[in-house]
Amino acid sequence: MKIGIPVNDNNKESGVCISFGRAPWFMVYDTEKKSEEFIKNTAADSPGGAGIKAAQILVDSKINALITPRCGENAAEVIKGAGIEIFKSQGENIGENIDQFEKNSLDLLDDIHPGFHGHES
Amino acid sequence: MKAEKGFRLAVLSGKGGTGKTLLSVNLAAVIKNSAYIDCDVEEPNGHLFFKPEIESSKEVTVKIPQIDNELCDGCRKCVEFCRFNALAFIKDRVKVFDEICHSCGGCEILCPRDAISNRDVSVGIVQKGMSQGVKTLTGTLEVGKASGVPVIKNLLDEDLSDRETIVIDCPPGSACVVMESIRDADYCVLVAEPTIFGTHNLAMVHELVTLFEIPYGVLLNKCTEGDNPSEKFCIENNIPILGRIDFDPELGRINSEGEILARQSEKYKKMFESIYSDILREVAHETVADTKR
Ligand code: SF4
Ligand code: SF4
Repeated sequence: MKIGIPVNDNNKESGVCISFGRAPWFMVYDTEKKSEEFIKNTAADSPGGAGIKAAQILVDSKINALITPRCGENAAEVIKGAGIEIFKSQGENIGENIDQFEKNSLDLLDDIHPGFHGHES
Repeated sequence: MKAEKGFRLAVLSGKGGTGKTLLSVNLAAVIKNSAYIDCDVEEPNGHLFFKPEIESSKEVTVKIPQIDNELCDGCRKCVEFCRFNALAFIKDRVKVFDEICHSCGGCEILCPRDAISNRDVSVGIVQKGMSQGVKTLTGTLEVGKASGVPVIKNLLDEDLSDRETIVIDCPPGSACVVMESIRDADYCVLVAEPTIFGTHNLAMVHELVTLFEIPYGVLLNKCTEGDNPSEKFCIENNIPILGRIDFDPELGRINSEGEILARQSEKYKKMFESIYSDILREVAHETVADTKR
């Protein structure tokens, strides 16, 4: 199965990114092949709806699970709508989060925050 | 449809709480044959002062795309096109996020399969009323809607041809809702507080009105004996100062009780009348300067 994680840079050491929609990169980890792939988050500079577009990118990369510290409600709707489960990350370390996930010890993310639909100038 | 317009005076400030509504409401109250439009659609509060008798109320709607899944072949052109990212493609279907959509209509035109039509979705209301001779217009945006622009458009398109002067109370800041509010204004009054923050906010709206090339002047509010960085900013940038309102606890008290100062005491009535005549003098000056250019 494939797991998606928002990350700070295009390497495994960079750390889990605190933001989902505005994360610069997504890491997609294949648990069978034990290999990872980095996908640039082209939604990161979207003025609005970044979460939706970011979620779309992950849905299109055919992940089965998402590990993230937080997720907006619109993005969650896209992710869950595609049948993908969302897990809450623990700490910043990417490798540890994957280990925890494989040991089944990550919790499902339940605090989905309402989006920021504001129009900042 | 644009009705024949009276003189449109827009009142702006970089953030809330500077006295923008105070000035707008009191100006509208002392100007003869005026209308007051509250464009601060996320937090309209002018009506709390005017307490108008509501004459009419209408819903503002926007067009949101609707996808016909029989016709859609999943080409995703619409999803890629929408710059607001209001569309997503999940499980072989296009999903529309109503709250994110800005009703630009682009996806509908673009769809090669004609699979997109639209439906009306309510985003807010516009209420017309009267308060002691002042016509009041209030727009209220429903919570969580993408943009106040459609409500503001509706407000500004109302037929006010029987009114000589229209005071527009703009939303705070300098975002697109403010631009929409001042689009048709003949003159802008920027309200500024005498603090460093106030000056920063003033600089923001100043940039906006210069961009729109609308003549403007600054009203300095809450003035004290001390330094006034906003005043300094005006002098340095050659910005006309229309007048000053001194820091005054009595004024603050009456205002915070939701009363209109100019209707409460002769003193304040005179004060706002004199501010208005200073504005008119500045406007006349602008018009002369304009024809000379
Ligand atoms: S552009 Fe039309 S056909 Fe293509 S995905 Fe969108 S709705 Fe479907
Ligand atoms: S109408 Fe415009 S903003 Fe709305 S979904 Fe279509 S393209 Fe996006």
